[in-house]
Amino acid sequence: MENTSVNGKKAHEPLFHLVKRDSIKFWQSWLIRIGAVVAALIIVAIIASLMGYDPLSFYKTMWEGSFGSKRKIWKFLQSGAVLLGLAVALAPAFRMRFWNTGAEGQALIGGLAAAAVMQFATGVPSAVQIIFVIGAGVLAGAIWGFLPAVCKANWGTNETLFTLMMNYIAMQLTSFFIYSWDKSGHGNLGIINRKTKLGWLPSLGGNEYILAIIVVLLVTIGIHIYLVYLKHGYELAVVGESENTARYVGINVKKVIIRTMILSGALCGLVGVLVVSGIDHTITKDSIGGQGFTAIMVSWMAKFNPFYMIFCALLIIFLERGGSEVSTVLGLNDSFSEIVSGIIILFIIGSEFFINYRIMFNKHRREVEG
Amino acid sequence: MSSTPAIELKGITKTFGSVIANDNVDLTVNHGEILAILGENGSGKTTLMNMISGIYFPDKGTIKVDGKEAVIASPSDAFNYKIGMIHQHFKLVDIFTATENIILGLNDGKYNLKKSRQKIVDICEQFGFELEPDRKIYEMSVSEKQTVEIVKVLYRGAEILILDEPTAVLTPQEIDKLFTVLKKMRESGKAIIIITHKLNEVMAISDRVSVLCKGKYIGTVKTSQTNEKQLTEMMVGHKIELNIQRDEVKDAVDRLVVKNVNCQDMEGLPVLTDVSFTARAGEILGIAGIAGSGQKELLEAIAGLQRVTGEITYIDPESGKLENLRDKTPTQIQDLGVRLSFVPEDRLGMGLVGNMNITDNMMLRSYNKGHSIAVDRKAPKNLAEEIIEKLEVVTPGTNTPVRRLSGGNVQKVLVGREIAAAPTVFMAAYPVRGLDINSSFTIYNLLNDQKKKGVAVIFVGEDLDVLLALCDRILVLSSGKVSGIVDARTAKKEEIGLLMTKSSHQTDKEEA
Repeated sequence: MENTSVNGKKAHEPLFHLVKRDSIKFWQSWLIRIGAVVAALIIVAIIASLMGYDPLSFYKTMWEGSFGSKRKIWKFLQSGAVLLGLAVALAPAFRMRFWNTGAEGQALIGGLAAAAVMQFATGVPSAVQIIFVIGAGVLAGAIWGFLPAVCKANWGTNETLFTLMMNYIAMQLTSFFIYSWDKSGHGNLGIINRKTKLGWLPSLGGNEYILAIIVVLLVTIGIHIYLVYLKHGYELAVVGESENTARYVGINVKKVIIRTMILSGALCGLVGVLVVSGIDHTITKDSIGGQGFTAIMVSWMAKFNPFYMIFCALLIIFLERGGSEVSTVLGLNDSFSEIVSGIIILFIIGSEFFINYRIMFNKHRREVEG
Repeated sequence: MSSTPAIELKGITKTFGSVIANDNVDLTVNHGEILAILGENGSGKTTLMNMISGIYFPDKGTIKVDGKEAVIASPSDAFNYKIGMIHQHFKLVDIFTATENIILGLNDGKYNLKKSRQKIVDICEQFGFELEPDRKIYEMSVSEKQTVEIVKVLYRGAEILILDEPTAVLTPQEIDKLFTVLKKMRESGKAIIIITHKLNEVMAISDRVSVLCKGKYIGTVKTSQTNEKQLTEMMVGHKIELNIQRDEVKDAVDRLVVKNVNCQDMEGLPVLTDVSFTARAGEILGIAGIAGSGQKELLEAIAGLQRVTGEITYIDPESGKLENLRDKTPTQIQDLGVRLSFVPEDRLGMGLVGNMNITDNMMLRSYNKGHSIAVDRKAPKNLAEEIIEKLEVVTPGTNTPVRRLSGGNVQKVLVGREIAAAPTVFMAAYPVRGLDINSSFTIYNLLNDQKKKGVAVIFVGEDLDVLLALCDRILVLSSGKVSGIVDARTAKKEEIGLLMTKSSHQTDKEEA
């Protein structure tokens, strides 16, 4: 049989096709991720040198943003803890496929409740007051998680929009209360109980950074156990994967949705307490500083695994702090450091594609048997 | 048959990751011929046809159309080569008429409904289709929709037609009609490829049969020179007994009494109307009907997943106590001590969680036992290992997500779990759909074992031959009503076919 000429039609033939991988070895997937970061760093270096900066000193400055001094390292870990805490708080909701975009508001309202108790519940022993501070913050966060969950469970409202809107309510409430509490009229509370330190979370061993870090690590371990080893965690995973299956085996879907969101909101509230009464000792409507939104990305990047979130949260904080260091030391504008973070994160997220798919180039030469 | 080849495949290979869907397949179809492609699920039939119709592109091999090498990289390429495929799942716009659907997406410059309509009528006359061009799709039965799909490809001038499992959704009478039409198309010189795994249909309609097994091309035989037994051996790769055993029913007692059950869908339309029957212990009760006649709702109502009116009463085998199951949740039914197992139609969407591993899927039924707040994975893991061994589930291990398993293995996991609960009532909806012959027989045997153990088995099936061979009695549903309950040992296929369509569509011509 003769192979007829098909030159005219070869242009039709697709150049490559994508094949979904069945499975990938653990080390292979990390090799791809590390490769993505290296590629991102190279591209950033090229851009930096095109703009007339020495890439090496650029990266050195970036590194120093997080590790330049002892204090910077502690700050780095503390900020990482706040971000990690919020990401971990989202994990139960996200595993249930409940897209809670309201960590920012849940944490802020928790912080607001904590600030209120710090300011006004002054007649009790300080240990009792701290318990009230924590309790109020956790409760407020839980309510902020409960409301969208009830509406979703009963009337099928869209949880993404609902929780997102709750953020703005929390922010406006915070503004409102700051103005009504602040007698100076500046809309700024200043450090609450500066002299008495009433309602302040204790600094362990004289280290003001370590408490938040320890609390968040404990929460991370706790949530891991909750998700993997407890019946609650199993139920919410079934609800997330398939509500029909959950109904079929007799899981009360509404109950699970509400319960899980109360937990998620309460943990966000706890992080709010850590920020307001453990770190800042004051509250503004930007106390959470958008970390509630960044936490969504951290949670996703880590595939809702609390332990992976540790790395992801620290990476993001490293990029943030490095970026601002670069812009102050080298006098670059803020946008450039954001571009740098953007490029690196884009490459990391993009690398997931190559972990899930393989590119196969089509062989154009056809073998014809004689 | 001495006609010219319409399409020739040579050395076609297609891989998906590490899975070889088609391995060096050769195939020829002539003009004026019906070629059946026979193979079990997962043998690569549909993949092969998708390459002819431009949905996939082969990794290796050549396709020739009318003797000339062809590159088919998209469905529009296939269309240019006059190849038309009728998919298993119809792709029609519900609120459009047949005519509108047929000319939809056809860009030949002018939009003239009247002319198009006439052309459609001509095609229908030529081949003997029964089709009302002005009827809307949502008013049509499944077989009418299929007709629209076939006319659609003919309208576009297809000379090579591929039909993917065209009989799966049809009643016996509708299948006969389809076959008449296919024969007319053959006479007019069209090349027809029909994908199927039903042997009797292959024997009835095809001129030649090509057999695929696990992606490999086994061979092509003339239908007139073969028989069902030989084809099965080619298809499965070894000899197999094709008879389903059926034991006599011994002292059956009533186990589940369903009386005047009514059910409505979300829009308030009736899905079940006055359904009454009794399921007996030690008996297999078959439920036949066209897809969507209320089978799903009926089983779900019994399992506590549907709101209904009427009575559903369970008779306890030990105490003889009557338990009302209506308006109870699955958990409440379980708490009553009613051991009701249910293999739903939607295996990965309802019976199992696709992304969870086998152990965690075993846990679905049992995780809530005991007062501990922690889950116990030990017992489910043992159960998983037991089922894997006993039912010969092919899996890398108990930690594999079930969605990675093949259809037959998924079903074994599900049925195994449901049987492990030692049920007194066992319900299964389409338990062998998509399964190969070996797995299907495993399932039939498991159902028979349950029957022997004195379980009341309810089996919703679509293959009437299987229903007639396996069940003791068959309840026929038609548009949510019970149109008859027949003795499976004496009933005829045509009789059930008529009951299936009774009072729903215009009655078919009397047969037999």
